[in-house]
Amino acid sequence: MFLLAVSVDTDPELLLARVLDGLRFGSGYGALALALVMIYKATGVLNFAQGELALLGIYIAWALSVGWGWPIIIAVILAMFATATLAAGIERTIIRPFDPSNHLPLVIVTLGLFLAINSFVAVTWTTDLKALPSMFPKGNVFAVGVAHLTWSGLGMFITVLVMLGAVTLLLNRTKVGLAFRAVSSNIESAELVGIKVGQTLQFGWALAAAIGTLAGALLVPELQVLDPNVMLSTLVFAFAGAALGGLDSPKGAVIGGILVGLIRNVVVQSVSFIPSELSVGAAVFVILLVLLVKPSGLFGSSKVVRV
Amino acid sequence: MSEALLHVSDLEAAYGDVKVLHGIDFTVNVGDISVVLGANGAGKTTTLRAICGQVHTSGSIAFNGAEISQEATADIVRRGIAHVPQGRGTFPELTVTDNLEAGAFVRKDPEINADIDKWFEVFPVLGERPDQLAGSLSGGEQQMLAVARAMMSRPRLLLLDEPSLGLAPIIIEDLFGRLAAINADEGMTMLIVEQNANLALAVASHAYVLEAGTIAISGEPEVLSGDEAVRRAYLGY
Repeated sequence: MFLLAVSVDTDPELLLARVLDGLRFGSGYGALALALVMIYKATGVLNFAQGELALLGIYIAWALSVGWGWPIIIAVILAMFATATLAAGIERTIIRPFDPSNHLPLVIVTLGLFLAINSFVAVTWTTDLKALPSMFPKGNVFAVGVAHLTWSGLGMFITVLVMLGAVTLLLNRTKVGLAFRAVSSNIESAELVGIKVGQTLQFGWALAAAIGTLAGALLVPELQVLDPNVMLSTLVFAFAGAALGGLDSPKGAVIGGILVGLIRNVVVQSVSFIPSELSVGAAVFVILLVLLVKPSGLFGSSKVVRV
Repeated sequence: MSEALLHVSDLEAAYGDVKVLHGIDFTVNVGDISVVLGANGAGKTTTLRAICGQVHTSGSIAFNGAEISQEATADIVRRGIAHVPQGRGTFPELTVTDNLEAGAFVRKDPEINADIDKWFEVFPVLGERPDQLAGSLSGGEQQMLAVARAMMSRPRLLLLDEPSLGLAPIIIEDLFGRLAAINADEGMTMLIVEQNANLALAVASHAYVLEAGTIAISGEPEVLSGDEAVRRAYLGY
């Protein structure tokens, strides 16, 4: 009740349990936020279809693992390749015809893609509840009372750090990474040094889709159920993480995502007057607060312009 | 008669329904510095954008004997045309070194790092700050970076769009001195678009005056700057 005095749980075991939950889910949000940031960095567009591309990948992984009995890790890797190929095709056919400097039509297109992919998944696999197996072993690394660090929680955390490291190396140490950074800095100048902008953005779309699919394959087993709406609230949390981290910073995306996971699982759960059903609201609140107070987020670059 | 590197004939260009170039003809010879003078809106920038395939055109653009008017920008760059666009066009979020590496994007030879060192020597202001973000450089430093980045592709033709824009007179003089030196030392052919007629004519081997999308006058720079009527009507001094 809102009229009651604010009370905060201070039981240390409970707090530790919530922190561990926050890190676990936050790693998943951070991974999806990383996918969002890749597209935003390259194009300045928030890809609303990012979560649904991941959803499609998750269902492909489900079909391969549960349906055909393949090992889950192989299924997830194949699903990453499948969604990357699809995203490259989407970029080529639906995105590239639009003027890259005019963002609003592109955002509308990604909203359309969101609905199209979601419907496709629901029609193909029905809306019945399913369960995606985890890529990690069952059980705990350690447990203290109600608090326990699961192997999947540790695995998610390590996986997202490895993803971040790989993306950072790719961007800073490879030629395609240089092209990607050049395109995200100045499209016209990128063309003038001979970079094929379309192909570079296509690569970005493919990479983001693969990252997003992996993010989904990390998170969905933790959510216990798989249905066509599973990525909806996850996308909102990932957006919040990306905004908090600064939208164009891969490192910021991962840290922001983890912080949002902690806010959701520690702050919202511990403070008595916030109903836990409002946790998505907490994510929206984070987005609003960041955009209002520090639009470039924690690690984002404010545009350097000299006039 | 020296050999023509770029030959433009009957070039027309339009942005939507607005026609900007009405059939212009000009030639840039190997080793020359050609300048295109003209007031704002005369079509100078559009001429360079047309050569680089950044605007829809009709007519012919022959570079090194090949017709390039319908090619994509990335392919034109690979043929050996480098463009320093108006407003420098550096990558502000990238470091000075990364900007130069991006300039060598079309190259596959092992001498890229040696070239970076070479341009750091030519432009010591860049060599002193290899890890600084381009966006935090001064206007003059950015222009040097833009020129060095264009040269990193080892072009045969360097296009420069109003390199003097927004720079202090002493910096402009320094810049044109360096451009003349690059032309002399490397034999680099240049096509420079300028409003600053004085300095441009001083380094030019041939000059064109563009007026309302057509070439109004062309000739030797001495002839243009010596002609009283030309000076008053087109060069503004």
